[in-house]
Amino acid sequence: MKVLTLNFLSCAVKSCKSSSDSFPLHPKDAELVSDDVELNQQLLVNLLPRIDWNALRTTSTELGFPQLPEQPPTAEELQADAKMLKDLHTLLMETQINEGKLVCGHCGHEYAVREGIANFLLPSHLV
Amino acid sequence: MLSTPSTSHVPYERVYEPAEDSFLLLDTLSSSSETAFLSQRFPSTPAQGPSSPAPLILEIGIGSGVVLAFLTAHAQALFARRDILTLGIDINRFACVATAQTVAKARPQSGSSGAGYFLGTAQGDLTSAVRPGQVDVLVFNPPYVPTAELPSLPPRLLGGDTDDKVTREKKTTYKEDSTLLALSYAGGRDGMEITERLIAALPDILSNRGVAYLLLCAQNKPDEVKGRIRGMKGGGPWRAETVGTSGKQAGWEKLQIVRIWRE
Ligand SMILES: [Zn+2]
Repeated sequence: MKVLTLNFLSCAVKSCKSSSDSFPLHPKDAELVSDDVELNQQLLVNLLPRIDWNALRTTSTELGFPQLPEQPPTAEELQADAKMLKDLHTLLMETQINEGKLVCGHCGHEYAVREGIANFLLPSHLV
Repeated sequence: MLSTPSTSHVPYERVYEPAEDSFLLLDTLSSSSETAFLSQRFPSTPAQGPSSPAPLILEIGIGSGVVLAFLTAHAQALFARRDILTLGIDINRFACVATAQTVAKARPQSGSSGAGYFLGTAQGDLTSAVRPGQVDVLVFNPPYVPTAELPSLPPRLLGGDTDDKVTREKKTTYKEDSTLLALSYAGGRDGMEITERLIAALPDILSNRGVAYLLLCAQNKPDEVKGRIRGMKGGGPWRAETVGTSGKQAGWEKLQIVRIWRE
């Protein structure tokens, strides 16, 4: 599962949906693997407007990547910044969470990730 | 004609095998009317206006992964842009594993291809783990066969750490395999019990520009279903139109694809 996916997921527990703490889920004991993907500048530029930047900053820091700036770059800034392009590409498109857990900051539920596949099925008492 | 992804590696004793419904989805999504609709909905070239954000494609109930792999591998042909993200969710972990392989086989490694970007697969109950307002294209080939009862996932396959052995060593029982297959087709009352839950989630899950492709069979009473969707709250007005059909039986279309979107 690519790290970018964390920007599109939140805790599956219904009562967590309204809490801002249920997003993003927090990786725990994450084992990362890296894919070799060709950098696509247009993709990164077109991702910017749809990414929750604050959540991405949190994810990036929690996974031990360099701290992202407080504000997202503009499309022009990103296009002119080869290092930022490379950093974002590595984090979003190349890095995968292979094993570990994803933890909800609201209810504390831990979702297991095994062989790159996260499991969001809930035990019956949480459904 | 766009190539159909290979699924020869998929364990069909516990993962739904591509069938008429899967192929109707492929035909419909690659029809000239749908590719025109999608490229207008998600413009990426100056002629169509300013480039829109990279679309997120989510398929629920991926099974073998044949549809998700098709969408990923043929992004440029279908969406007139390569910068699409694809994600798959299924209640069956074996389907998640199989789909990752199907996409990897279908997506050429060379960068010059027109393939999109596969985020991965996750095990889950419909869209329960998806953050609201994010999905631009949702595809659902539901369990649509009317059945007296709804199956539930065998506890050993629910997840958590205890099932590591079961899924890693692929040691399911014959009964568990039957239940996994039943989950892929058994739809309860009118074959609509699972689909109704997905429809109820659409206003929350779809982005404002979002569109859903839903497969229905004649027993699902598709005209009533479309009527209910058109009356939904949560943005809108909601549109629901049949955009693909197959298997004429005594004047009835056996299967159809309904496109659902906000005007
Ligand atoms: Zn939670």
